[in-house]
Amino acid sequence: MAIPTLTRPAPSTTTGNSLKIRQPRRKLTVGRIAAIVVAAVIAVLWLIPFAWATATAFKTETDAAAPDVTWLPPSGFTPEAFVKVFQDGNIPLWTWNSLYTSAAITAITLVISALVAYALSRIDFKGKKVLMTVIIASIIIPPPVLIIPLFYQMLALNLIDTSWAIILPQVIHPAMVFVLKKFFDQIPRELEEAAVMDGASRLRIFTQIILPLSRPILAAVAIFVFIGAWNNFLWPFIATNDGNLLTLPVGLQTIKSAYGIQYAQNMASALLAALPLIVVFLFFQRQIIKGVATTGLAGT
Amino acid sequence: MSTSTLSRPRPETLRKPTSRTRSNLSGWGFAAPFLVFFLVFLVWPILYGFYMSLTGKSLTGANDSLIGFANYAEALADADMWRSLGNTLYFTVISTVPLVLVALIMAALLNIGLPAQWLWRLSYFAPYLLASTVVSLFFTWMYNPQLGLINEFLTGIGLPRVAWLNDPNVAMWAIVIATLWWTVGFNFLLYLAAMQNIPAQHYEAASLDGAGAWRQFFSITLPQLTPTTVMIVLLQILASLKIFDQVYQMTAGGPGGSTRPVVQYIFETGFTGYRLGYSAAISYIFFGLIVVISVMQFVITRRRSA
Repeated sequence: MAIPTLTRPAPSTTTGNSLKIRQPRRKLTVGRIAAIVVAAVIAVLWLIPFAWATATAFKTETDAAAPDVTWLPPSGFTPEAFVKVFQDGNIPLWTWNSLYTSAAITAITLVISALVAYALSRIDFKGKKVLMTVIIASIIIPPPVLIIPLFYQMLALNLIDTSWAIILPQVIHPAMVFVLKKFFDQIPRELEEAAVMDGASRLRIFTQIILPLSRPILAAVAIFVFIGAWNNFLWPFIATNDGNLLTLPVGLQTIKSAYGIQYAQNMASALLAALPLIVVFLFFQRQIIKGVATTGLAGT
Repeated sequence: MSTSTLSRPRPETLRKPTSRTRSNLSGWGFAAPFLVFFLVFLVWPILYGFYMSLTGKSLTGANDSLIGFANYAEALADADMWRSLGNTLYFTVISTVPLVLVALIMAALLNIGLPAQWLWRLSYFAPYLLASTVVSLFFTWMYNPQLGLINEFLTGIGLPRVAWLNDPNVAMWAIVIATLWWTVGFNFLLYLAAMQNIPAQHYEAASLDGAGAWRQFFSITLPQLTPTTVMIVLLQILASLKIFDQVYQMTAGGPGGSTRPVVQYIFETGFTGYRLGYSAAISYIFFGLIVVISVMQFVITRRRSA
């Protein structure tokens, strides 16, 4: 069967397998110091919104709304805004809704995209060229164009205000099919030939030879689809009115009116909503960066 | 393994000599699950949307009959439609430049080989992981005219306060700044990855010739990045044209419609005005614009590479 010495094919669109930076050969010159300073200024600017939100979230509502804008509040820092937000219970519910809908979207997308990508890469069937053309052409369709007919369709299917209404229209990623197909194209065919001679079925070849070799690209696609689904606003916003089904981004939109001018609670909610993906990123930074760099240029 | 008398399958197709039909079956079989979703949730809505645009369909169910291209005629004479389309194009133009340029600068800085790479990448890229709603909450708070951090800073250095989201002349720029902060990290990563793919020999040769860092950047890095830049610009234009979330959340299209993008106009005519048919017609005009822009981009990049 598989020849163990064969190397794993590199993902087609990446840029090399590691994102390691070229080792600096130069010493600390004026130019390098200037670069560090500029990079640091940008980094500080980019961190300020997080820092300011955090400072606000740990203030009392009175301090947060005080006309004296200050990083250090007179009554000191307090977690009371977070406590209130948690007592409300909405954020945990919305996080759970986002988690399972995004997981379902990612899982369905991976399965159906990998299957069709395998067919496009390996099987010689009638109509393949047409299918390929149609899938590539469909990359151009912007999701906002679909909201009106999709909403009507969901009404007709009686799916409005169910999780399915959120999940089902988000599983079609023609660009990701293309990314997967390009990767499969690079896997040496000799690996399968032996299996074919042994009488293995297509499905067995796919699950036991192709998929294991494709782990890096499957992870990249999964990351890309998951981030997109987790943060999607427009479609979940339209597809559900039921307060129990709101995803995190949609639910967060409702707190502005609910809490009014309670700035500390607003910021505490926003930070809690931001936390899951930031934590995941801290743990899987390398994979996520590689995943985005691999799939990114294929389009959204 | 197999016996040596068996004929080898042709490597390009991998099919057994007699199984033409089987190949067709398994090909469509593998494609079927995707196709079902593709047809039901993409092809059907796009076709049905066009049909809807030819009807007076509304959420109240008043008039389902075909009315030809009346919706299109009405839309083309609708000043609000043109204004929202103009806002979308304006946002696309003024956001694409900084979103590409700042990403390039960020990547170039890191590519020099700064210490603690992960820290820079984290701070530049982290906002991309946020939902639009989180970004909007952050920036609405920072833009607050009286209590906001930005105006506090401006008055601190002796500048006047700015009514960021409430001034029709400034609001779109405020949206652009928030968008830059939010999504530039994505373009930054694409640039960084591309820069690290430039062979080191290029730089070594240039160093031997005595070219400095600036010279190397402009005569090696930038030219080598051209294909990446073209792709990033194209993707950014298409992404910016879809602007909706952060505008809807931060200004709701205001003040006075000065930031309302076309996607919001589609949303409002459909779900607030209940005019699904009319809304579908505007969707198709927007779609047509995207197709035209995409084709233009395709032609231009073709010519460049030819």
